[in-house]
Amino acid sequence: MTDGQLTGRTLTLRIFRGLPEGEQSYATYAVPEVVGMVVLDAVHFVQRNLDTDLACRWNCKAAKCGSCGAEVNGRPALMCKTRVDTLSDGPITVQPMRSFPLIKDLVTDVSRNYEINRQIPQFTAAPDDGSPWRIDQMDIDRLYEFRRCIECFLCQDVCHVNRSHALAPQFFGPRFFVRVAGLEMHPKDILDRRELVREEGGLGLCNITKCCTEVCPEHIHITDNAIIPLKERVADEHWDPLRRLARRLRGGPGTRGGEAAPAGALGGPGDGGEGGGGAGAA
Amino acid sequence: MIERECDVLVVGAGGAGMRAAIAAAEAGCSTVVVTKSLLGKAHTVMAEGGIAAGIGNVDSVDSWEVHFADTMLGGHVINNWRMVELYAHEVIDRVYELERWGGLFDRTPDGRIMQRAFGAHSWRRLAHVGDRTGLELIRTCQDRLVHTAGAEVLMECTLVRLLLSGDAVGGAIGYDRNSGELVLIRAAAVVMASGGWGRMYRHTSNSWEGTGDGAAMAYEAGAELQDMEFVQFHPTGMVWPPGARGILVTEGVRGEGGILRNSEGERFMERYDPVKKDLSSRDVVARSIYKEVQAGRGSPHGGAFLDIATRLPAAEIHRKLPSMYEQFHSLAGVDITREPMEVYPTIHYTMGGLRVDAETAATTVPGLYAAGECAAGLHGANRLGGNSLGDILVFGRRAGEAAAEHARSRPSKPAPSGAQLRELEALIVEPLAGGGDTVDNPYTLHRDLQEAMQDDAGIGRSEESLTRALGAIGELRERAARVRVAGGRVLNPGWHACWDARFMLTISEAIVRSALERRESRGSQWRFDFPDEEDHWSRINLVAVRRGGEMRVEERPVPLMPDEAVRRLQQSRFFPTAVIPAHYARVIGGEAASPEAHA
Repeated sequence: MTDGQLTGRTLTLRIFRGLPEGEQSYATYAVPEVVGMVVLDAVHFVQRNLDTDLACRWNCKAAKCGSCGAEVNGRPALMCKTRVDTLSDGPITVQPMRSFPLIKDLVTDVSRNYEINRQIPQFTAAPDDGSPWRIDQMDIDRLYEFRRCIECFLCQDVCHVNRSHALAPQFFGPRFFVRVAGLEMHPKDILDRRELVREEGGLGLCNITKCCTEVCPEHIHITDNAIIPLKERVADEHWDPLRRLARRLRGGPGTRGGEAAPAGALGGPGDGGEGGGGAGAA
Repeated sequence: MIERECDVLVVGAGGAGMRAAIAAAEAGCSTVVVTKSLLGKAHTVMAEGGIAAGIGNVDSVDSWEVHFADTMLGGHVINNWRMVELYAHEVIDRVYELERWGGLFDRTPDGRIMQRAFGAHSWRRLAHVGDRTGLELIRTCQDRLVHTAGAEVLMECTLVRLLLSGDAVGGAIGYDRNSGELVLIRAAAVVMASGGWGRMYRHTSNSWEGTGDGAAMAYEAGAELQDMEFVQFHPTGMVWPPGARGILVTEGVRGEGGILRNSEGERFMERYDPVKKDLSSRDVVARSIYKEVQAGRGSPHGGAFLDIATRLPAAEIHRKLPSMYEQFHSLAGVDITREPMEVYPTIHYTMGGLRVDAETAATTVPGLYAAGECAAGLHGANRLGGNSLGDILVFGRRAGEAAAEHARSRPSKPAPSGAQLRELEALIVEPLAGGGDTVDNPYTLHRDLQEAMQDDAGIGRSEESLTRALGAIGELRERAARVRVAGGRVLNPGWHACWDARFMLTISEAIVRSALERRESRGSQWRFDFPDEEDHWSRINLVAVRRGGEMRVEERPVPLMPDEAVRRLQQSRFFPTAVIPAHYARVIGGEAASPEAHA
């Protein structure tokens, strides 16, 4: 890294060091700045030259994998995408994501996210809906925004529901509201996850402060395009008096097939098969 | 100690590993997947362009046969033709399967799967979604896998040795990266899906994971490493700023109409390959950029200009190449809708790997299977873009099914003895013994290996440079045995880096020894001292194999295509421009084409 062009400036990094039990402190390091340097470069400089056991999690170093989430000067960010020349002068403070249990130094235990994903029924098409499918590009464009998620979990970290309740147990969090929205809006999916996301997922706990949208490195409009439409769908399903009655007669949530036309076997463009009302592309 | 007993162990959780695990679990086998990272972070996410499949939605003349022909010609005809045949045929079903599992693809105006142009493919062939197809594949497989009964994923574990019982594989041992505990997995069959290796080079698009652990472990267990000399330089990696050097710039930029220019503004690929131009195969484009820079026609930071700004409207660039826009904007401060990018070849992919049987993905070690980038044969001497995402799905599935079959017929999983376990644990924690080394550390060692490989076993090689690299590897191996790090077993990256270095040294030796032996230029192997493609070598695959504790390079015959498959080569649009070995030229009835000069 030092073979790059040095700017002549020396950065001061304050990096959180420690284990869950035992001493925790900020260590201060002097790092020579290289042109275009990102925070992860600076952390790597420390690891390679000053402290070989400084722990950080990273993979692609190209903002594609979402492994290197941390809090830089108090703000959740990908270290690989945060250029040091965009930060204010003075020491750069790097600490682990606060909402997740600490493992060591900058690395936290994010396994809760994987447990939540397991709770969400996977994409399911009608068995008789044979390939090849026809889907309109408009549907793809709307869903692709959600699929851009790189699971960095910065939105989970910043969300005040998680932050003030140490990962609320009955709360999926923004990342998984995005996941559910992507499944619910897929024209070929036949399941209905609205009751799940209301009951188990705690969708109502979100009071749309948009912190998640602000930190998303993929610029997904989490609140506007995923959470609010999901809330509208849930309201439609849960609070509509006729549907409540139908649900009671049916004995619990099931597939959408009973109350709205499912996507046809070879549904053409525009055949969205939406069961939950018009909260579509925002 | 973390212990598991299962039917099938899958090493690696990229596309190949996950597809193998889904197949094994669906066949009723208890399956454990081990990954060095978190689930969903594997290198598959870096694949941007798409999945090549001869569906013919955009160009109806396309077919699996043409895809077969392009892949064989792109690989300079030393591919395992049967693997290519299975691949081209089955990848179509794998694309539809992915869609049925919830994967998204961009659409044609009438709602079918859209396909884009890519280097050295005869027709528009890559099913894709924006420029993030790999992420789509991995997320789709990930969701499928976590909902598949009988499959368990162990995240952030490094495996160090395969367990052998007699001549057969019986599991693996390693450590949990976070806690430092030993991890012991006894299994009736093992699928190696550990990906490729680029980290021994200075400029690479690979993440830290690309250290070749799986291939090195399998080699030590007796498996053969084939085609190791073939390391792909992707023509377009970022050049600037220094920290971003090597990061991939998708071939999709050229697929969507982008062109390469030198400092004089010349579209130089018209000179090097008048037919395919900017969409020539990766080996040719990478060499051409190298030559332009050597000739003094490089960009300010020593690369070529890649121009999409004058070729597509800004809105289209945002829609077709959103992550490229974001990458240049945030890392380099370059707006690709207004300015050209600067690019230079970066180590990207490894065609070589474990030698496998085409149908079953079985290696030469009983009970050990391999799929994806860590396996050899499909891509020959050069991989076409878009052929890796298909590879991992087709052969991941085949490896998983074959491993399940093996586990059913040979279910024994003998446990290692207490003495063996103690010996293995001592080996695993060796770098932690005796505190930190004051003069050397694994990162310095890694950097020195990168210097040696980049400079002497890089895009162009010679007997002199390769001999120098071999010498350096020998010295580094001695240092690697001695190097010790400070800290304990809990999440100690210095310790992990010691093991990365050991694996990379084994793989580097195989690359260098094979490159020395192949005295010709072919595909990604460019020998300054042997600049031509030689007919003699079109019949030979080289394998690195362990004999009495030493690495030896041996010859294996390239599997001969039946006449029917040879005739199929003519269906490629690029057929007349490719080199056909003499023994096939007879079948087609023409003369062997004149060898392609590399220098």
